[in-house]
Amino acid sequence: MSEAIISVQDLVKTYHMGAVNVHALRGITLAVKQGEYLAIMGASGSGKTTFMNLLGCLDRPTSGNYFLDGVNVNTYNKNQLAEFRGKKIGFVFQSFNLLARTSALENVELPLFYNPAVGSKERKERAMHALESVGLADRQSSLPNQLSGGQQQRVAIARALVNEPVVIMADEPTGNLDTRTSYEIMDIFQSLNEKGSTIVMVTHENDIAQFATRNVIFRDGRIIADNQIQKRRNAALELKNLPVLDLDNEIEES
Amino acid sequence: MRISNLLKVALRSLNRNKMRTFLTMLGIIIGVASVIAMLAIGQGSKQNVQASVASLGINSIMVFPGSSNQGGVRGGAGTTATLKVDDALAIAERCDLVDHVSPVVQTRAQVIYGAQNWNTTIVGGNNDYFYIRNLNIETGNTFTEADLRAASKVCVLGQTVVTNLFGAGANPIGRTIRINQIPFEVVGTLSPKGQNTFGRDEDDIIIAPFNTVYKRLMNSTYINMILVSAISQNSMDAATAQIGQVLRQTHKLGPGTPDDFTIRNQAELSNIFGSVTKEMTILLAAIASISIVVGGIGIMNIMLVSVTERTREIGIRMAVGAKGSHVMTQFMIEAIFIGILGGILGIVLGVLVSMLVAHFAGWPISITLFSILLSSIFSVVVGVFFGWYPARKAANLDPIDALRYE
Repeated sequence: MSEAIISVQDLVKTYHMGAVNVHALRGITLAVKQGEYLAIMGASGSGKTTFMNLLGCLDRPTSGNYFLDGVNVNTYNKNQLAEFRGKKIGFVFQSFNLLARTSALENVELPLFYNPAVGSKERKERAMHALESVGLADRQSSLPNQLSGGQQQRVAIARALVNEPVVIMADEPTGNLDTRTSYEIMDIFQSLNEKGSTIVMVTHENDIAQFATRNVIFRDGRIIADNQIQKRRNAALELKNLPVLDLDNEIEES
Repeated sequence: MRISNLLKVALRSLNRNKMRTFLTMLGIIIGVASVIAMLAIGQGSKQNVQASVASLGINSIMVFPGSSNQGGVRGGAGTTATLKVDDALAIAERCDLVDHVSPVVQTRAQVIYGAQNWNTTIVGGNNDYFYIRNLNIETGNTFTEADLRAASKVCVLGQTVVTNLFGAGANPIGRTIRINQIPFEVVGTLSPKGQNTFGRDEDDIIIAPFNTVYKRLMNSTYINMILVSAISQNSMDAATAQIGQVLRQTHKLGPGTPDDFTIRNQAELSNIFGSVTKEMTILLAAIASISIVVGGIGIMNIMLVSVTERTREIGIRMAVGAKGSHVMTQFMIEAIFIGILGGILGIVLGVLVSMLVAHFAGWPISITLFSILLSSIFSVVVGVFFGWYPARKAANLDPIDALRYE
């Protein structure tokens, strides 16, 4: 189980903004093993989002190689990338990115929708199962605007799980959430990770990064640090220790 | 990817914006409906004109005397007296493309019955005249062979004459009227025909046997016209040529001598009116088609708005595995669906409008399969054509930009 699921070699990404060349990534080499929970840290402009887009097969590098699940993704065209994303990658975004006016269950079904091998009955069953795993089975017919932020992000996680991806890519998954809800999301990620899911997460919050097993820090398009987390935080425990939200006290304090 | 999935997604998104979908569709509905209604009204008026031309007679060909030429001053057609009864007989005998022939003499006379009098047209013809002019007998009979041979003083009255001499609804059969002081027995009346296309009252007429008018009323040796019917609509031109040859022979006209007669046939007339109404129909349909195109631009407009509005949705779909072709198909289905449903509703509306016009304006209409096919094909093509660009725009979106779109 220590095989590299993601292998990146000397990845360079340069954007051409008119006459100016912006070097977003200046040669990244990185390997992520099966079952790792990687947190990518860095200030804004450090290239972590660009790197995430490349890992997520949403964009293609200027140069360098990227192997995901043993496939050299650079050889794929736009359509092949789309299909590859649908089968191998689960996405979790900062702003949840659920389809509006579409029920939770149907949002979760979405990745399977574009997979011709999955029939509508199987699609529903698998989506239901994914919703159960994030504890939202009872909200299957709720619309996104009827769900809290944390619930929306859980639906998004269920959507990321439904296609049984080889890696889950999470871009600032807790960026729009309060501390308690962030920990709840981290709890889900940790338990998924314990069951063997590989997770790559971008965050700029140091405390959130401590829930991962490994931290990579970006600066100016380069990796400046790559650490295994020694004292990993446990989200389930932290949740218990969090003071229970008392609205009256909060108001008095502020 | 299953097309049924995309169909479901497309229909759902249309369903979410019912009002917008309907308004977009309205452009197509009105366009298609107006094409159908215009073509129906155009076809109807064409048939109307054809019917009134046909009422002039069945496949009728009219032979007039030629134009006069006195000292270089030429008169119009019919200004000379060159046609004789023998010409009519010759045509009947020698033209095989002709099935009915009647020599015709025509005059106006004062007609008296009791205290009433009336000035009307007196036509002398044989029984073929009724057939060729498509005149039907309302009451009584046409002339007997004996009447025709013996120049009997009998006549058939048009309804306008009946009304003016006897009063409306009276039965004049067996009564005796006086035409130029000569007593005529009324043997029949004509079914009313009303005005012809040119506004002349077709019922203001008295018909008497040819010999009677020719010998007793006019006392001339020349006739006004020979009325001929061809054996079929298609042989009109050939029959016309044949009559021309026969008349040139009987009139002993050498090569190079111009005809001393003029032949007109109904086909010419119906061709002229046919082309006028056809042009009108094309014009109306062209104007109506413009509204379909405008409707199509409406589709394109809304689809573009929809693509912009749903940029994020497109990004999400692409991120989770939708290919450009999936997105393209989804938007194309929406556009085509608007086109097809708009087309169907437009056909229904167009038929209703045509029927309303027929009912209230009293115009004849005819809804042809052609106009329905034309407009349904047109509406699908418009859907495809104007849906294509927005759909392509959606399909070419970059997933990263689309996901970041606010």
